[in-house]
Amino acid sequence: MLDAKIPAGQLNSKWEDYKGHCKLVNPANKRSLEIIIVGTGLAGASAAASLGELGYKVKAFCFQDSARRAHSIAAQGGINAAKNYQNDGDSVFRLFYDTVKGGDYRSRESNVHRLAEVSANIIDQCVAQGVPFAREYGGLLSNRSFGGTQVQRTFYAAGQTGQQLLLGAYSALERQVALGNVTLYTRHEMLDIVKIDGKARGIIARDLTTGKLERHFGHAVLLCSGGYGNVFYLSTNAMGSNVTAAWKATKKGAYFGNPCFTQTHPTCIPVSGDHQSKLTLMSESLRNDGRIWVPKKQNDTRKPSDIPEDERDYYLERRYPAFGNLVPRDVASRAAKERCGAGYGVGTSKQAVYLDFAANMERYGKIEAGKRGLHNPTPDQIRQLGKEVVVEKYGNLLDMLAKITGEDPYEVPLRIYPAVHYTMGGLWVDYELMTTVPGLYALGEANFSDHGANRLGASALMQGLADGYFVIPYTIGNYLADEIRTKAIPTDHPAFVEAEKQAQETLDRLMNIKGSKSVDHFHKRLGKIMWEKCGMARNEQGLKEAIEEIKALRAEFWKDVRIPGEANEINPELEKAGRVADFLELGELMCLDALNRRESCGGHFREESQTEEGEALRDDANFAYVAAWEYKGDSTYELHKEALVFEECKPTQRSYK
Amino acid sequence: MGLTLKVWRQKNTKAQGGFETYQVKDISSEMSFLEMFDVLNERLINEGKEPIAFDHDCREGICGMCSMHINGRAHGPWAGTTTCQLHMRAFKDGDTITVEPWRAEAFPVLKDLTVDRGAFDRIIESGGFISVNTGNAVDANAIPIPKDKADAAFAAAACIGCGACVAACKNSSAMLFVSAKVSQLAQLPQGEPERATRALNMVAQMDKEGFGSCTNTGACEAECPKEISLTNIARLNREFIRAGFTYEK
Repeated sequence: MLDAKIPAGQLNSKWEDYKGHCKLVNPANKRSLEIIIVGTGLAGASAAASLGELGYKVKAFCFQDSARRAHSIAAQGGINAAKNYQNDGDSVFRLFYDTVKGGDYRSRESNVHRLAEVSANIIDQCVAQGVPFAREYGGLLSNRSFGGTQVQRTFYAAGQTGQQLLLGAYSALERQVALGNVTLYTRHEMLDIVKIDGKARGIIARDLTTGKLERHFGHAVLLCSGGYGNVFYLSTNAMGSNVTAAWKATKKGAYFGNPCFTQTHPTCIPVSGDHQSKLTLMSESLRNDGRIWVPKKQNDTRKPSDIPEDERDYYLERRYPAFGNLVPRDVASRAAKERCGAGYGVGTSKQAVYLDFAANMERYGKIEAGKRGLHNPTPDQIRQLGKEVVVEKYGNLLDMLAKITGEDPYEVPLRIYPAVHYTMGGLWVDYELMTTVPGLYALGEANFSDHGANRLGASALMQGLADGYFVIPYTIGNYLADEIRTKAIPTDHPAFVEAEKQAQETLDRLMNIKGSKSVDHFHKRLGKIMWEKCGMARNEQGLKEAIEEIKALRAEFWKDVRIPGEANEINPELEKAGRVADFLELGELMCLDALNRRESCGGHFREESQTEEGEALRDDANFAYVAAWEYKGDSTYELHKEALVFEECKPTQRSYK
Repeated sequence: MGLTLKVWRQKNTKAQGGFETYQVKDISSEMSFLEMFDVLNERLINEGKEPIAFDHDCREGICGMCSMHINGRAHGPWAGTTTCQLHMRAFKDGDTITVEPWRAEAFPVLKDLTVDRGAFDRIIESGGFISVNTGNAVDANAIPIPKDKADAAFAAAACIGCGACVAACKNSSAMLFVSAKVSQLAQLPQGEPERATRALNMVAQMDKEGFGSCTNTGACEAECPKEISLTNIARLNREFIRAGFTYEK
């Protein structure tokens, strides 16, 4: 059994006790301690800024041309915090409870409670940085609701919350760069972890402009490299999002936790054709004001406006009257898949459902008309006034939708379908966010810890910033306090030489295959296997087939991939090839984990384990554990378990009815 | 549809660049502009040629990485749209499309359509922040901010740092970019303590990076994918002059 090093004591005092007793590093010693941070999204940028402020020597790496481009920037809807500004009954405990329940009782209580405790500090910090959250006329902060909760605790900046939070963290980071505390390496990709005497001591990075390999020493290494949703090829992730940093760490001894826990987001724009390179999400906040429906008749080809109200099936409101359109993402996604599978889907592909603003536009229009003293407004006036309200709330999202689909979202209902969005699994970390390799940490989406088997909306931003601003500054000191006697290790140490040699050999091997098919060709085929057999629904036979198919595909990749150009220049195909090579290994482990977990929970739906009504059926007696996989060589992994103990939230069948 | 593409190819910063012409066919109007490039690159790879290098990442118009100058316009013909959100509906069968990288001395070409925008990061380093260390914040609702001020700050903060304003400007001026950040922070009470030094330092760094002067033509505003308003430049000018008169060092 794995030991997560959870502090003893009452759940609500663990973090306070930890902070009061963890080791500290004095300012003079901090100046000679070096920390490497891979990734500059919310977790990486906030960690780099905070650790730089403390006086550590920080080196931060990102593969994009600027730290501001990390994919946290694309998060739309908002960030949760237990501020209870709305006086609607929220509290730290409620946020904690909602998150554990939303994660279908597969997350670690102590981590989630800490997350809820620091959530309020995040909002304070961001406002102090100048993050322009939405405000009410009185000048105070505005909130909205999100799926899986019954309070309004989500802070937002139109549909660009991630952008504003990341730019806040990015400017804090750039300030530390100017002060000389952080050195930033843009257009650099980490290719390996360097371990000396069992501890993480540095990385090998490739300068993507010159193709040169570089060695960088650090007393500790933080991986803030995001999730692995791109293993599905089509996802809402950025094109460059990848698992390489986390995967190289896995091969160096860090265990990978719950790899099969992936999230499909219910409100994305459906696939339009084979050329599709990525999928675009429409914020979950749209479900606040949009009603989801399909026709009551199968294969109904009428225009949505021609389908009368009583021939529409608002299936979420019907099945889940308590939460309605605001059920958690996994529930909403599966319900859409079920309707489409049963023949009620809409659009040319029949793989879509409607999200309709008409009812709420009319309601808002009437309210606005009342406010303006219009006593007998015409239907057109109501429509126009209602549209203005919707534009203010979601304008930028609906404009984006119009560009992609060519339809006017204010006139016709949106067509949506689930798409891969987030990965709850990731590197296994203990309470201090340290992986099983001493000195190697994982923060944000790159770790597995806080979201269990399903993440609630507006919780990813919260976790990334909690880890970076408020957790790691304490926990890393507890490790580095024992490292103050360790001098910087010169990078001509044999461990660095060997790691660089191996990275170079992998690059040479890829360049020398000179096969016949592009990297994307293999990536698309992998994505298809994953989506069909390890996607929204999984079963034993499919998973077993998928493992064999992935093995065969990987062998073919290493024989037949074609990478044009040279290794010593900007070469996007070579970058992609390295990432896809890692996805081809991770995909197999995901299927293995999904096969092992013979229960349904959250986003992981095993067809063999469901209730009579088709809801996910957990098996707490046998699977209330984190599956942490140790790499043992080609296609060989050993399963370690961390038992999940629930002291405060007693696991029950999740009900949103 | 079938199209003729004239694309700028350049091996690296030092090499001489030039246009290459490509024919593409079977392009669907539902594709994004970058997906059309994916199709072309896939073909080039299959033909044993080197694909075209271009920057892109989120493909949903927010990361600011994509940066193509299309038919003489930054991010192409649609207003308020990044290259990745431009869709092929904007073109018709038989069109010839010319694609270049951003052209500006401060943005050297790295390869093909990829440029180095590190100058923007250095401008932010010079003052595009509020100096508040983690853990120093008061309660978020302790300082109410009037909604119109908060909204104006947000509108300025929507800048994605793509560099289209520079590419569109005949002088390669970065005034819209700099003014967006200065405006955001100048309108918030949290930004007040560093208001003067921020304006002075960011303008000084902008000049140092080799961006040109602003002549209020407004091409930047017209081409900005996030529709950042020219009034921000007016505010930057006010902030800069104000700082010049009031700053005592």
